[in-house]
Amino acid sequence: MEYVLMKGNEALAEAAIRAGCRFYSGYPITPQTEILEYLSWRMDEVGGEFVQTESELGGINMMLGASAAGARVIGSSSGPGFSLFQEGISYLVAADLPAVLVDVMRYGNGLGDIGQSQGDYWQLTRGGGHGDYRTIVLAPNSVQENVDLTHLAFDLAEKYRHPVIIGSDAAIGQMMEKVALPEMEEHDIDKFHWSMKGCKKGEEQKKITNLLYYMDNYDEFLANKYKEMEDNEQRWESMEVEDAEVVLVSYGISSRVCKEAVKVARSQGIKLGLIRPISLWPYPIKAFEELSDSCKALMTVEMNILGQMVDDVILATGNKYPVYKYTTVKDVPETEVIIEKANKILSGGEV
Amino acid sequence: MELRAPESISFAQTSFCPGCGHGIVSRLIGEVMEEMGLTEKLLTVVDVACSSLHIDTWKFDTVIAAHGRPIATATGVKKIRRENPVLAYLGDGAAYSIGIAETMHAALRNDNVVTIIINNGVFGMTGGQMAPTSLAGQKTTTSPKGRDVSKTGQPFDVVKVMGSLDIPYLARGSVSNLGDIRRTKKYIKKAFEKHMNNEGFCLVEILSPCPTNLGMAPVACSERIDGVVKELFNTGEYIDKEGTK
Repeated sequence: MEYVLMKGNEALAEAAIRAGCRFYSGYPITPQTEILEYLSWRMDEVGGEFVQTESELGGINMMLGASAAGARVIGSSSGPGFSLFQEGISYLVAADLPAVLVDVMRYGNGLGDIGQSQGDYWQLTRGGGHGDYRTIVLAPNSVQENVDLTHLAFDLAEKYRHPVIIGSDAAIGQMMEKVALPEMEEHDIDKFHWSMKGCKKGEEQKKITNLLYYMDNYDEFLANKYKEMEDNEQRWESMEVEDAEVVLVSYGISSRVCKEAVKVARSQGIKLGLIRPISLWPYPIKAFEELSDSCKALMTVEMNILGQMVDDVILATGNKYPVYKYTTVKDVPETEVIIEKANKILSGGEV
Repeated sequence: MELRAPESISFAQTSFCPGCGHGIVSRLIGEVMEEMGLTEKLLTVVDVACSSLHIDTWKFDTVIAAHGRPIATATGVKKIRRENPVLAYLGDGAAYSIGIAETMHAALRNDNVVTIIINNGVFGMTGGQMAPTSLAGQKTTTSPKGRDVSKTGQPFDVVKVMGSLDIPYLARGSVSNLGDIRRTKKYIKKAFEKHMNNEGFCLVEILSPCPTNLGMAPVACSERIDGVVKELFNTGEYIDKEGTK
């Protein structure tokens, strides 16, 4: 395997190109701007289309058009810009259109700040825009996963005709690591029966709009679509869960600290384990079936104040265990703090 | 009964109000496409609101875009389907109010799409609220005493705002009388010819009656356009650049 050294955002952009994506529209915002910059020249090289739009609103609605025309499309943003994507995400869902959207999370409400964060968990996993929907959300924790999950995201978006979101963060986006890139893949814009091509005489006209208007069994269709995603698209990584007494639950950049914490704790005789959700939605509830009788509690480790993932862990475990949280905002979680908190949980102290 | 209208725009019953101008514009688009041999190639992007009703009455592949975003969405379609003619079709509320950024930046980028904007002076689908194009003193459901330009500013005139941009074509037509309908068809055709020649952003605004929301009989509503509206919004070609890009 041949490796190259790449920045997370740029590796993600290159992965999109190699997945056959030939349309990008975006707007500058830290910490995702490298995706925009990279694709400004790379799209040109491969004969694709790059548009720096007037806003994320213009960008997402332009992407919707390119998707309706049959292209593989990607958009990226962060924080305030990702909020502007929400209108278009809801419309993509309504019209059953595939698209890959990247939120390189930065911290905070309003303008917030540009540092790494996991503060958009609720926005990403609960739908985010108006309506009655969720999207598949994939959370990479390395530059390599930025590449692998981007490719997967395009395939899933097409499989379900649904937007797929990559929930990255400033640290994953900005760090450099070795990465193996996949081979270049071609995408045929004529391969879908549903895309816009022009209506020949005697053919059915393509109506790309809310399915609600034209589908008799819409309720059933929608319910089945989400059930299928929940059944088939749960992804996670487990580490030392079988005999763990305290199981950490963490994704993205903070899960890397948790991996170290599990190793260090085990060397000290403390039975820590880790469940790392890779799909934030559908939430990997199957991962929690591996918990044994030795499990006494779980603790989410995440970079937001409110402990946004705690609810999902409680739901996934049927309220069987106490669920604690270790949340940070301005700093990355510390291994020592994780172990200290695990010790307090086990000794009945206040966490 | 023999229909003389192109089949592409007349295969289903329309749901536009009596006296509405949308249907006339639809027919002009259908005729122009027939004449140019583009009927089977046209891709359209319409706005929500009244524009969206075309999806059931014309037989072109169609996207209903988010309110105010059809031009951006049409640009996305055109970037992928480079050989097809692509039309963005929207009302004045969409184009000049909520979508003014998308309208302006498509023109600034000289995106290669044909844009038709129906100017009827109100928000039609929601029941006749004041639009950027409502005339001074015009009574609407949100300006019941008449549009007060000291508070709302003057009516939006696309020729004033976009008339000096570096785009190949800008015209304003009307469907309020036969002569204007014929001229408007020529504007639409010229816009599509330049579009197929890859010259860039071609915009045709069309003055159109909305009898329902103006509370007028259809004929009187068209006469109002000829007698009153055109005093402010003159029809004609305002940008018509020769040659290719």
